[in-house]
Amino acid sequence: MQILNGSGVNKAFGGRKAVDNVDFHVDENEILGLIGPNGAGKTTLFNLISGAIKADSGTITYKGRVISGMKPYRICHMGLARTFQKAKNFPDMTVRENVLMGAVFGKKGTDNAAAERKTDEILSFVGLEDFRDKSPGDIALALQKRVEVARALATSPDVLMLDEVMAGLNPTEVGEAMELISKIRGSGVTIIMIEHVMKAIMSLCDRIIVLHHGQKIEEGTPEHISNSKTVIDVYLGE
Amino acid sequence: MLTTLINVLSSGLIMGGVYAIISMGLSMQYGVARILNVSHGEFIMLGAFLCFTLVRSHVHPILSMLLCVPVMFVIGFVLHRTIYKKLSDVSGSTAAFESNSMLVSFGLMFVVQNVALLLWGSEQKGYTFLMRSVKILGSPIALNRLLVLVFAVAISFAFYIFLERSRLGKAIRAVSQDPSAARLLGVRRTRVAAICFGIGAILAGCAGALITMINQINTSMGMNYTIIAIIVVVLGGMGSIPGSLLGGFILGFIGTVVNYIDPSLSLVAYYLIIIVLLLVKPSGLMGGKS
Amino acid sequence: MKLINEYKANPKKLILPVLVAALLVLLGLSPNFTKPYATIMLGTIMMYIILSLSWNMFSGATGYVSLATAAFFGVGVYVSAFFGSSLSLPLLMLMGGIFSFVIAFLVGAVTLRLRGVYFTIFTLGIVKLLEQLMLYLEITFNKTRGRFVVSYTFTEVFYWLFILMILVILLSVFIKRTRFGLALKCIAEGEDAAMHIGIGSTMVKILAFAISSFAMGAAGAAMATRWTYIDPYIAFSTNLSFLPVLMVIFGGGRHVFGPLIGAVVFAYIQELLITDFPYVYMLAFGVIMIVSIIFMPNGIVGVIENIVGRIKKAKGGRKNADP
Repeated sequence: MQILNGSGVNKAFGGRKAVDNVDFHVDENEILGLIGPNGAGKTTLFNLISGAIKADSGTITYKGRVISGMKPYRICHMGLARTFQKAKNFPDMTVRENVLMGAVFGKKGTDNAAAERKTDEILSFVGLEDFRDKSPGDIALALQKRVEVARALATSPDVLMLDEVMAGLNPTEVGEAMELISKIRGSGVTIIMIEHVMKAIMSLCDRIIVLHHGQKIEEGTPEHISNSKTVIDVYLGE
Repeated sequence: MLTTLINVLSSGLIMGGVYAIISMGLSMQYGVARILNVSHGEFIMLGAFLCFTLVRSHVHPILSMLLCVPVMFVIGFVLHRTIYKKLSDVSGSTAAFESNSMLVSFGLMFVVQNVALLLWGSEQKGYTFLMRSVKILGSPIALNRLLVLVFAVAISFAFYIFLERSRLGKAIRAVSQDPSAARLLGVRRTRVAAICFGIGAILAGCAGALITMINQINTSMGMNYTIIAIIVVVLGGMGSIPGSLLGGFILGFIGTVVNYIDPSLSLVAYYLIIIVLLLVKPSGLMGGKS
Repeated sequence: MKLINEYKANPKKLILPVLVAALLVLLGLSPNFTKPYATIMLGTIMMYIILSLSWNMFSGATGYVSLATAAFFGVGVYVSAFFGSSLSLPLLMLMGGIFSFVIAFLVGAVTLRLRGVYFTIFTLGIVKLLEQLMLYLEITFNKTRGRFVVSYTFTEVFYWLFILMILVILLSVFIKRTRFGLALKCIAEGEDAAMHIGIGSTMVKILAFAISSFAMGAAGAAMATRWTYIDPYIAFSTNLSFLPVLMVIFGGGRHVFGPLIGAVVFAYIQELLITDFPYVYMLAFGVIMIVSIIFMPNGIVGVIENIVGRIKKAKGGRKNADP
C-alpha cells in the first residue's frame, strides 16, 4: 500500500531546475533509498515533502491527503518526520531536552508526563541513555546525528526521512547506524533515506530511486540499480 | 517647463550619485564583512565635518575631500581590526556575528555621533563655495551643484570599475560571493573584510565631503543617510554593488520627484518603499537568493 | 545555563525572588514616604523595566532583534492623546495595549518571515514610517506638530505603571514555564528544526511579538498622561527602541533579573547625566553597548553566574583535594 505519493513535482531555483517533473511513491513500511550525485536534487525533494519549501507545480499526497503547500509543522503532526543533512540540534539544551522537544511538540495532545515517558523510551531505543545530560555540542558526530534521529522519532512519525545520517561516520559507526535503521523499520516506521554510503543503501533498501540533475533516471531494487547502465554512466561520468 | 525638468534631472543625478556612493559602501561592508553597518551615516557626518573643519582653516574644498580619504580609511580599517575582529572571535556562527555586529554598529553610531556633538555642537554649519551659476540649455544651474554632480557620478562609477577590474576588487568580490572558495584561492578573508570596511568609510567620507559643498550640515544628519543607504541596499539587493549603483540613482530620482510634489512626504515615501520592498522582494532588484 | 536549572527546585534559589518581592513591595509603597521627585524617577525606571522585559519576551527569547519598541510605545502615546479626555487611565492603558497588540499582530503576520538583519531593518522602518506619517497627518490636518494630552498626577501614573510592571514580570517568569515558552526557545535555537518537530513557528512568533507589544503600548499610554504635551518625535523617539535593547544586553537576557538590572542601572545613569551631560550620556551608552556585546555575551547576570560558578567549583575542588 502506498503511504506517500508524488506526481509531476517541480522546483526551480533561479532558472535551474532542482527537481524536474519527478514522480515517486513510497510503500508502507519499506525502506526507500534516494541516491544520486551531489546537486541531483535529493535534499530539495526532502524539503518539498517536509514542507520546508513549496513546489512550483505537482502534488504530493500522504495517506491520501494532499500535503504539498502545507506548513512543516502540520506535516509533522500528520506523521512525517525528517532529519537534516547537517545536524540541527538545539545547542543550549541537553540531549534529553532535544528529544523531549520532539515528544512535546510532535504529536498534538501529548501531555507532559507522556512526553517524558516517550523521551526516555526513545533514548534507550536509540542507545543514547548514557549521553542524556550531555550537550549535543560535546558528543561525537555519530551521536549528534543519532540525537537528530531520536528527536524526529519522538514526534511519533509513520514516515521518517533521513538525510545522510551516515556521512562522516567511520565503518563501525556506519554499522551501528544501519542496525538502528533496521530496528526503526522493525518498529513499523516507513523510511526514506538519502545516502552516499553504497554499502548501507544496497543492504538496507527495498527499493532505490536515482536522481540526476533533478530528474528521476532509474528506479528499482538494489540489484536492478547496481546493474543499470544509466546509473553506472552517471556515476562514472561524474 | 524645461527649467523644471532640468532642475529635477540635475537634483536627481546629484542625490542619486551621493546615494549610490554611500550605498555601495554599505553594501560592500555587508557583502564582504557581514556587518550591516548602521553607523554608516555617522561616517558620512564625520567626513562632512572633517571637510568643513579643513575648509574653515582655508583648505580648498576639493583638497579637503581628498584629505578625508586616508583619514577615513584608517578609521574604518582600525575599527574592523579591533572591535569587529574581536567580535567575530567571540561569535559562534555567521548568523550570531551578523546580529551582534549590527548591534555593535548601533553602539558605534551613538559613540561617533556624540563625540561629534561634543566637538562641533548641534548647530547647522556650512560654507559657501562656487555659488555662481552657469546656463545649461537656457536654465541656470549653480556651479557647486554641477561640480558635485560630476564628482558623485564619477566616484560611483570609478568605484564600480575598481571592483570589476582591479586585483583587490576581484578579491573583494570573491569573498562576497563565496568565502570558502576565496580562502582556497589564497584570499585572506579577515584582511579583505578590514580593507572593505576602510573603503566603505572612505566612500562615506567622500559623500559627506560632497554634501558640504551644496548643503548645510549638522551632527545629527547621519541617521537619515543610514536609512537611505539601507533602503537603497535593500532595493538593489544586499551585497550587490551594481544593485546599489542602480538603486542609488533610482531612489535619488524618486526622492527628487516626491520632494518636488510635496517635500513633507519624501521621508514617508522612502519608508513606504523599504517596507513594501522587504515584503515583496527582500532579495532586491539584483539580488539572487534571499 | 541549562534549561533544567530553571525547573529544578533549589531552596537557595528562593532567596533572590523573595528579596526582589520585598523590594517590589517597598517600591509599591514608596510614594507614601518619598519626595515627588523620587516618585517621578521611579516611574521612569518602571517604564524602562516594562519596555526591556517586554522586548526580551519576544526578541530575547527568539533572537529576532526588533527595534519596533518605539512604534508600539508611540501607538499607546497617541491613544492617550486622542482618547484621553473620554477614558480613565487604566482604560487608556488597556486600549493602548490592545491597539499595539492588533497592529503588532498584523505587522508580525506579514513580516516575521523575514529573518536576521532584514527583520531588524523592517522594524526600525516601522518606527520611522509611523513617525513621519503622523507628522504629515498632524501638519496637514491639524496645522500643528504636537498636541496636549489630558494629565494625571504622577502618583496615579506611578501606581498604574507599577501594576503593569508586576504583570510583565509575572508574565516573563511564567511564560518560560509554558509550552509556548519552550516553543520560543526552540525557535531561538534553530528555527528550521523547530518547524519540523511540529512547532507552528510563525504563529508562535506573531503571538509573542503581539503580547510583548501590548505592554509597550500600555506603557506609552500611561507615560503620555505624565508628559502632557506630545508630538510625533516624542512619541516615536528611536531612543525608546534602542534603550531596551541595551538594557537587556547589559543586564543579560536569559534571566528575568537581567533586563530588570539593566533597566534600573541605565534609567538611573540617564537621570543623573541626561540634563547636564546629554552627549556624554549617549556616548557612554554606545561604549557600554559595544563593550557588553563583546565581553559580556550573557550580560551582568551572566558574569555574576560565572563568578558564583567559579567560587562553587573552587570550593568543590578543595573538598576533593582534602578528603
